[in-house]
Amino acid sequence: MSNWLDKIMPGSIRSDAKQRSSVPEGLWKKCPKCGGFLYKPELDKNLDVCPKCSHHLRISARHRLELFLDPEGREEIAAELEPWDRLKFKDSKRYKERLSQNQKNTGEKDALIAMRGKTLDVPLVACAFEFSFLGGSMGQVVGEKFVRAANVALEERIPLVCFSASGGARMQEAILSLMQMAKTAAALERLREEGIPFISVLTDPVFGGVSASLAMLGDLNVAEPYALIGFAGPRVIEQTVREKLPEGFQRSEFLLEHGAVDMIVSRHDMRATIARQLAKFTGAEPPVIDDEEGEPAVTPAEPDAQAESDE
Amino acid sequence: MNPNYLDFEQPIADLEAKIEELRLVGNDSDINITEEISRLRNKSVSLTESIFSELTPWDITRLARHPRRPYLLDYIERVFDDFDELHGDRAFADDPAIVGGTARLDGQPVMVIGHQKGREVRDKVRRNFGMPRPEGYRKALRLMELAERFRMPILTFIDTPGAYPGIGAEERGQSEAIARNLATMSRLKTPVISTVIGEGGSGGALAIGVCDRLYMLQYSTYSVISPEGCASILWKSAEYASQAAAAMGVTADRLHSLGLADVVIPEPLGGAHRDADAMAESLRAQLRQGLDELGELTIDDLRQQRYERLTAYDTGR
Repeated sequence: MSNWLDKIMPGSIRSDAKQRSSVPEGLWKKCPKCGGFLYKPELDKNLDVCPKCSHHLRISARHRLELFLDPEGREEIAAELEPWDRLKFKDSKRYKERLSQNQKNTGEKDALIAMRGKTLDVPLVACAFEFSFLGGSMGQVVGEKFVRAANVALEERIPLVCFSASGGARMQEAILSLMQMAKTAAALERLREEGIPFISVLTDPVFGGVSASLAMLGDLNVAEPYALIGFAGPRVIEQTVREKLPEGFQRSEFLLEHGAVDMIVSRHDMRATIARQLAKFTGAEPPVIDDEEGEPAVTPAEPDAQAESDE
Repeated sequence: MNPNYLDFEQPIADLEAKIEELRLVGNDSDINITEEISRLRNKSVSLTESIFSELTPWDITRLARHPRRPYLLDYIERVFDDFDELHGDRAFADDPAIVGGTARLDGQPVMVIGHQKGREVRDKVRRNFGMPRPEGYRKALRLMELAERFRMPILTFIDTPGAYPGIGAEERGQSEAIARNLATMSRLKTPVISTVIGEGGSGGALAIGVCDRLYMLQYSTYSVISPEGCASILWKSAEYASQAAAAMGVTADRLHSLGLADVVIPEPLGGAHRDADAMAESLRAQLRQGLDELGELTIDDLRQQRYERLTAYDTGR
């Protein structure tokens, strides 16, 4: 266990931790918003929402889809797509090396996972960005996988839902990644013409080429609370306009206020809200939502500290 | 140093200054120096040829941003007839960073839309250095849909460092404005030809660049992020911009070899700014050819081909 943890932990827990040397590392996590120390198992049960301040922590793409889709009948789409270094891009490191390193770290081939499945019995196609894979950046595989997911939705005439979390286009694929913006937008325009619903869920963070393409093109744009969402990053804007950015700038609540998103939905309510809405769009009966659906495992306390500690 | 010349153009500038000097002397005196002038002119041509045969991607990036490079309005007056500028997005404002309007190309009605950088300081500021805000993209979209209704081909011209990163732009939905254009342009029922005439800066360029044919002037660039931006993120310093420009492959030739640019339109010796009339004439001829090609397609075929072009995927195998 690291020193900082020894310093802040009560004695009883500390000795307990020392006795059990097999305790895995990272059993505690710090909330990036309120700074509270969160016990991982408790955090897991609460869908990675801080029990203290309700901040929605980032989660992996696969975990996201596990939370969102019913357990039965999930089927991954285009899992075989592998990125390749068409431009032979090299900065301080080769892109090839970066790819294999990120694949090793995340266990994913690239930054988007797509699945066919059901949410509260509503059949749909869902995809999610893996932010830990090169910042969830969109290159050719992400673009292609998104289009294939959209095509499954189109062929089966079922809705498409996408959870975005991305820094934008992938620089190492240069102009080819820019073209993914047009590609994903074109696929969504087809769904739109065919009356297939697309719900875009924006999660922390969404910027650049992903924000300025698929993520803002939902029939509904839904945001998780307090997600950072924009076209240009706050630092770039600050350098350009040379003034301090307003409080809460580019947060979900700011976007709601300025009319960019339809609603802010907490992770606990996501399944029920989207299933209910899709059933209305498709003229289906309202989904059966049992009492436990969306119940937080831990009742959030009133946020006692407004302190924002953004990374 | 003459600020109107880039460093690698300086030897040409010096030589031309000398020619100019001699020419003035020649006018004032009876000495016949015609031979000397013509010798220097030949030298200037071969010097320019030699300098321009070895340009790096970073040199080309700087040519694309050359202070004397022709901008959209310079081409509009040379290429088109009957241009009427149309203003405003009908919701918030008129954005001078994007110019649009109806015109004729060899008599055929067309819609012209493009970025406009300013030439003098005041004009640069008014046009926000060619960086549009959401209302600029929404104006462009309005004009494109107008063109679609009246079956006019759309000709767009790209020359921007990027969409403007400002507070108001974010408040009014810069991302949504760009995204909406990409989506709508993909299904427009009229031909769209986009030409990069200077800088093709990222999403701010693509937002008027979803097309059936992409042309690039020889010394124009198109990239996902500026070389400086790429360098400051991947190399941790903007000083590595020339390396970033090379790594990203931002030039017209590179995009052509990747199959993204259909045609590279050659520039006059020394770049478009050395002879805007000649450049405009080559541009006009290429646009004419493009419109003729696309005019032969049915609207359904046009849209299908555009969709296939946009969604193409290369597995590398």
